[in-house]
Amino acid sequence: MSRRKTERLFNLVICLLATRRYLSAEQIRHAVPGYAESDDAFRRMFERDKEELRELGIPLETGTDSVWDDEPGYRIRRASYELPEISLEPDEAAVLGLAARVWQRASLAGPASDALLKLRAAGIETTEAAPSGIEPRVATEEPAFPALWRAVRDRQPVTFDYRNPNADAPRRRHVEPWGVVSWHGHWYLVGHDNDREAVRVFRLGRITSDVQRASRPGSVIVPEGVNIRDIVVSGSDHPWTRTARIRVRQGAGHGIRQNARSCIPGSDGWDDLDVAFSDVRRLASWIGGFGGDAVVVSPPEARDAIVSLLSNVAEVGA
Amino acid sequence: MSATADRLPRLLTLVPYLLARPGADLSEVAEVFGVTPGQLDDDLRLIWMCGLPGHTPADLIDVWWDGDTITVSNADTIARPLRLDVDEASALLVALRMLAEIPGLEDRDALDRVIAKLEGAAGDAAAVSAHVTVDIHAEREVVAAIREALDRGRRLFLRYYVPGRDETTERQADPMRLILVDGRTYLEAWCRKAEGVRLFRLDRVVGVEVLDVAAEVPHDAEPRNLDEGLFQPSPNDQLVTLELTNGGRWVADYYPCETIEDIGEGRLRVSLRTPDTRWVRRLVLRLGGTGRVVDPPELAEEVRADAARALAAYRRSDTPAMSAPAPDGS
Repeated sequence: MSRRKTERLFNLVICLLATRRYLSAEQIRHAVPGYAESDDAFRRMFERDKEELRELGIPLETGTDSVWDDEPGYRIRRASYELPEISLEPDEAAVLGLAARVWQRASLAGPASDALLKLRAAGIETTEAAPSGIEPRVATEEPAFPALWRAVRDRQPVTFDYRNPNADAPRRRHVEPWGVVSWHGHWYLVGHDNDREAVRVFRLGRITSDVQRASRPGSVIVPEGVNIRDIVVSGSDHPWTRTARIRVRQGAGHGIRQNARSCIPGSDGWDDLDVAFSDVRRLASWIGGFGGDAVVVSPPEARDAIVSLLSNVAEVGA
Repeated sequence: MSATADRLPRLLTLVPYLLARPGADLSEVAEVFGVTPGQLDDDLRLIWMCGLPGHTPADLIDVWWDGDTITVSNADTIARPLRLDVDEASALLVALRMLAEIPGLEDRDALDRVIAKLEGAAGDAAAVSAHVTVDIHAEREVVAAIREALDRGRRLFLRYYVPGRDETTERQADPMRLILVDGRTYLEAWCRKAEGVRLFRLDRVVGVEVLDVAAEVPHDAEPRNLDEGLFQPSPNDQLVTLELTNGGRWVADYYPCETIEDIGEGRLRVSLRTPDTRWVRRLVLRLGGTGRVVDPPELAEEVRADAARALAAYRRSDTPAMSAPAPDGS
């Protein structure tokens, strides 16, 4: 934006904030310096200026003061423009400063520091110093994050290519985004999958294309009472209601021992442990990592699963 | 707000900022706004030319330079900053709600108050922030003990599980800070056993005790630069190459790989560095054929031997429930 244009827009904001009555385009043309002489050029400039103010989030109102006005006028209502009065205690300002640092170089870092600046401009003193010894960070390095955040914000459907872990090639997906969740260090999109006609969770790291916006903003309706975090968590954690008996070599298998419900020490150098699990393949994979230090005793399908897992490793490349 | 971004939002924030702080130091203000003193000076000269319609001297904004300080007046119309937009309100609210989930944070009360105030100030813009959630995983008792040690400057006794070696180790550590990165909590401490700065993942802390000994973190103990990532492998570490099928691709998401190469049919070839190949052996066992060691070949052989040794236990008659036959006739 050129200096002259910045100056004109700055004066325009002041002018529209100062007026209580709606000002017509012609009145604005005379009140704000820098508009073109010719009518056509003025009209084009003014249209662009209005657009720019709206893009900056400045609430420009259009209306008339009386039914006799045949031309629309413009003003900015101070109540909708101004940051409401807010005052913070020193301890509140300290945690706010900490919160603004969370995003660091991530894609919400810019908005976080802009927000902090506005609060400071409202007279709040925030400190950069964190409360004692805590350093929180959230990364949003996934390339899909900014586009998905904007789509969630603007309630706009999206399409993207997605690689399902059980499929060889990525597939095109059409999704109405409801929200994004960071869980166990990974970002997930929750939404309505229009191809599957069901709620689905997508891991951002598995999106293989650009995220394209489809349809109009505002067309996504998030159902009442939806908790996006619960959807992600429940999709990943099945209740651990089953029990497996594992024989673990004494002095080894600490990771299993920590998660065991009970331990019967043996006299032959091995202990019998009971552990809870939900899925035999995940159990087999976990116990398999302990190699010869842990043996699945029961149930039989868990034994089958681990024998198959280990056989695959023993035969790879052989 | 960067210097090249649109100037108008900056000016609209700068004016109320200066109105609230008569006699502000020019270079300090420039730093707060992320611009050079020269750019700030240029902003002020622009502001000085602007004001209410009429633009007589009485209508214009007053800017007073006095040495290195600056005072702005006669700008009542824009005395308040523009309200927060959706991105701004969300960035702060999502972060605050995440902090509120950290157990044992004594600023919890302040967090709740500031969240309520910000929601009030942001109005409608606050609603969208509910659609972004950062879940954090922190062990309440461990966090409480570490916070106590940090606050009182005490040494910690830790029992710490190292999954790569399947060992529970015991050590004393002088805490430096708690780090929360991407949902996981870590203790950064001077480890007295290793005589170096170490990171401890809190979900692997099996036991913790605050000792009645003053912590002594050496002055030259460097905290990690988090911008470079939590884990910085040493060039002396062993380089390992793995080939992953579609089912094993998650490895590339979970571990910092040096190279990731798509080799078709959903398969990846990745290389990573490790100071201890024992964890690679465990990892490949867990992968059950969805990943294999390509290089070094000795490591591939070791993994095969590990699997064969583990399988043998299922064939021996002294193992209970041996009546269940192994599948595949192997």
